[in-house]
Amino acid sequence: MFEIVKKQELNETVTLMEIQAPLIAKKAEPGQFIILRVDEKGERIPLTIADFDREKGLVTIIFQIVGATTNKLNQLQVGDHLADFVGPLGIPSHTEGLKKVAVIGGGVGCAIAYPIAKKLHQQGTTVHAIVGFRNKGLLILEEAFQKASDQLFVVTDDGSYGKKGLVTDQLKELLDQGETYDEVIAIGPLIMMKFVCKLTKEYGIKTMVSMNPIMIDGTGMCGCCRLTVGGETKFACVDGPDFDGHLVDFDEAMQRSTMYRDFERQRNEETCNLFKGVR
Amino acid sequence: MPNMSLQKNPMPVQDHVERSHNFQEVALGYRKEQAIDEANRCLHCKNKPCVAGCPVSIDIPSFIEKIKEEDWEGSYAVLSKSSSLPAVCGRVCPQESQCEAKCIRGVKGEPVAIGRLERFVADYHMQNSKKKADIPQNNGHKVAVIGAGPAGLTCAGDLAKMGYQVTVFEALHLAGGVLSYGIPQFRLPKEIVRQEVDNLKELGVTIQTNMVIGRVLSVDDLFDDGFEAVFIGSGAGLPRFMNIPGENAKGVYSANEFLTRVNLMKAYEEDSDTPIMQAKKVAVVGGGNVAMDAARCAKRLGAEQVFIVYRRGEAEMPARLEEIEHAKEEGILLHVLTNPTRILTDENQFVCGMECVQMELGEPDASGRRRPVVKENSEFVLDVDCVIMSIGTSPNPLLRNTTKGLDTNAKGCIITAGDCGQTSRSGVFAGGDAVTGAATVILAMGAGKNAAKAIDTFIRQK
Repeated sequence: MFEIVKKQELNETVTLMEIQAPLIAKKAEPGQFIILRVDEKGERIPLTIADFDREKGLVTIIFQIVGATTNKLNQLQVGDHLADFVGPLGIPSHTEGLKKVAVIGGGVGCAIAYPIAKKLHQQGTTVHAIVGFRNKGLLILEEAFQKASDQLFVVTDDGSYGKKGLVTDQLKELLDQGETYDEVIAIGPLIMMKFVCKLTKEYGIKTMVSMNPIMIDGTGMCGCCRLTVGGETKFACVDGPDFDGHLVDFDEAMQRSTMYRDFERQRNEETCNLFKGVR
Repeated sequence: MPNMSLQKNPMPVQDHVERSHNFQEVALGYRKEQAIDEANRCLHCKNKPCVAGCPVSIDIPSFIEKIKEEDWEGSYAVLSKSSSLPAVCGRVCPQESQCEAKCIRGVKGEPVAIGRLERFVADYHMQNSKKKADIPQNNGHKVAVIGAGPAGLTCAGDLAKMGYQVTVFEALHLAGGVLSYGIPQFRLPKEIVRQEVDNLKELGVTIQTNMVIGRVLSVDDLFDDGFEAVFIGSGAGLPRFMNIPGENAKGVYSANEFLTRVNLMKAYEEDSDTPIMQAKKVAVVGGGNVAMDAARCAKRLGAEQVFIVYRRGEAEMPARLEEIEHAKEEGILLHVLTNPTRILTDENQFVCGMECVQMELGEPDASGRRRPVVKENSEFVLDVDCVIMSIGTSPNPLLRNTTKGLDTNAKGCIITAGDCGQTSRSGVFAGGDAVTGAATVILAMGAGKNAAKAIDTFIRQK
């Protein structure tokens, strides 16, 4: 079960894998996520479903190597198996009735934004995709977004590819040119989503964001993934992961995401040391 | 000659100082001689009052009789006729309010230590028996069980013994439900749970982990796949919070999260990838068994001070007396008649204290317990760096949201008719915490057992 059938390095720190998981592929919808465990001692981590092929029974995940677990995951090769792979979890993204949407992806968040753009585009929604990266080396999924959008805008922080600037600069430019959207869907680092929401609030455009907090079970059992939305506590795993971005307390979410930063740092160093000899 | 001692044979336990630093089992279990001596305290009453106190109706005097005869396998056979998980029940059942509460010996002196004897026989069987379970004749009917916790495992075991082909769907990567993620190793070794689950597999029960029913497959999909009946034993896993300021700070856990990190993910082991906070001073809010478990885990993880913060008095705590005593022996401090009002945080949003008020007991409330009321001007700050909320759980909404025609009440519990577990949907049965809200392992097992009978009747009458 859960065999890795494809592995592709999208850039230095981002890897794509296709996993054999027919039951999940059959039910998966854009916006949903899976929880995986690399091995018997592994932690449970959530990853959003980047794509799925119902016929071949494949689920695509795209992950950034940020900690010990993603590092361990990245050591696996085609033919290896994951210990656990469970999903599809969470509520699918709402796409019904949308005529024109700006889909914004930041960094590895593009992996989550892509299936939503694809679904919208397939159902005939006009899609403006804005994707942002720190630099050209970190660019991913450009071709995929080309196919899944009516217009694609690529921006980089340093101007090494596409237009120089942030996704918010590009969005503001479009809005100031008179573009209107039924909805903006923003997926990326918390800080990016926070500022997209700040901007769209000024323009009065409904904005959905996909939250990816620390989780364990992913089924509503532990409350680890809780966040404040409109003054109420919500669980990202069962109430989300998509939320109205204008109601999300991003500052709190950013704080909560750093809960185990020291632990991760220590583990990461250990893992790096562990793999020093074999690389 | 019956043993007329007024006291139970005491349970040998690990030294309290030593055990507060390790995760090994606290209660060590009877030796053979102790078990026989204790069995001789049973008077074999004709009307068997103890059996009426057992939610799964174990023939208690019979299994004790076999202990006297040193017929260990015979004794185990009596247990396993009624209980699918005797080694678990012998450890975690609240016998003092069930079978032992009805024991005649308890009128004058202590009742017979039924729980300890049950544990002894089950452990003896696990360690010594080489006999494989008789595999029942397959009757060709398929039943699906959702959730591999006490209710689901019991229902599956009973149905398998009747010849049904049973598949248990478990959302987590490991079977056991609360026995795996909730109850700590030092109270219920995970090896015991694994062996009990293996026993069910030997009976022909299939367990599929990583299956979140309601997402990967719906209840309707299960019927489409040829299952003739479905038992829902999905538990009450959704943690409640107090909704006080600061509750989302870093260092505030639900008891479920804390215990899952410790028990299921083994965060205390060196080579586990799952992190857990290294807290120095921990407050556990709540007075139930789960609160005691969380507090005792926190202590074992190295916390210098662990407080139980409970809004009523010690006498009103819902936890078993034994658990409270064990916790106190291990140095857990009780702050009773105390209620948190706010969690204080430092500049990085980590917990740095918990503001509380003192309470006093007023008139009895709906539950019959005296209602705690706030004492004026009694605010104080408890110096802690970690808070664990253990104030209860509700049923998970996933199945009720994804299953058409499944009626639930205002609290989200599945509504069932009578005690057979029949839900508002034909062919769908439910039991355990998913129906009652958070309760005990043995009540869930009783519900699983009743539902198995009802499912059998349902399929026969089709």
